[in-house]
Amino acid sequence: MSAHDHADHDHTHGGAAHGSLRGYLIGFVLSVILTAIPFWMVMTGALDNKQATAIIIMAFAVVQIVVHMVFFLHMNPASEGGWSMLALIFTVTLVVIVLSGSLWVMYHLNANMMPALHEMREMP
Amino acid sequence: MTSTAITAGSEPVFHLEEEHAHAEGGSTMLGFWLYLMSDCLIFAMLFAAFGVLGGNYAAGPAPKDLFDLGLVAVNTTMLLLSSITYGFAMLTMDKGRVGATQGWLAVTMLFGLAFLSIELYEFAHMIHEGATPQRSAFLSSFFTLVGTHGLHVTFGIVWMLTLMVQVARYGLIKANRRRLMCLSMFWHFLDIVWIGVFTFVYLMGMLR
Repeated sequence: MSAHDHADHDHTHGGAAHGSLRGYLIGFVLSVILTAIPFWMVMTGALDNKQATAIIIMAFAVVQIVVHMVFFLHMNPASEGGWSMLALIFTVTLVVIVLSGSLWVMYHLNANMMPALHEMREMP
Repeated sequence: MTSTAITAGSEPVFHLEEEHAHAEGGSTMLGFWLYLMSDCLIFAMLFAAFGVLGGNYAAGPAPKDLFDLGLVAVNTTMLLLSSITYGFAMLTMDKGRVGATQGWLAVTMLFGLAFLSIELYEFAHMIHEGATPQRSAFLSSFFTLVGTHGLHVTFGIVWMLTLMVQVARYGLIKANRRRLMCLSMFWHFLDIVWIGVFTFVYLMGMLR
């Protein structure tokens, strides 16, 4: 009896719980907008400031990832009794450490070890 | 718990050592989610490699010389459309409509194939211009990252084809529904990775 209940519970609150037509359409419209704006910004050069553009398109990417997680993958803190969310938080932590750590360390390594620019140009 | 009997009085108190039975597929969704998270780490490594090496052109072509943002926008649209059509396949699956599910899966597969064709065209064009993976560290990391994503899409399409045959043969039985839900997670996950690719590789590359 308990095993049966457990399976049913997982089924209804699974990581890929059934979405609704409305949910998928909202997610789709949001992601079209969130995709179109960064492409438009870069293709037309709407902002003169490249750094500002980079920060804005990264922000759009983060928002779009969250939109996909919620509307397409149906993530919520209750799915699989919270284990999916825990695994996600753990993974995001690792991804942030890997990305920021690599970029940070290698930037300093490059800055300290690279030959001067004119020497680099002559390299094969 | 039926396996535990705790009663007052003369009745013995005992616990069964064995774990109670799990229904088939009861933990598949969580297991598949954990696989996706580990896949996410693979992509994190490749993104980190691209982030570190993406500026090392070795006096070769730079993103501005190679990328056609219009083509990338079309590609992104293909993948986004395939995500929503897979969502429709899941909705029709919930209603138990085999024909409609198969139809939406076929549409999803066509969008996936369109995505792959455009990507392969882009790769072929780049290689034709001499921008091969061995040209520079930027191109090595570019082809590894984008190629790994493309390979995932390829296997997703193979998987989708397999499941369409399964559904055609056995209908929307419980096992097939579970498999379709796993592929749904895989497919939407690939779309999420693509958000990272078009933002960090293509758009940021054009800004460099």
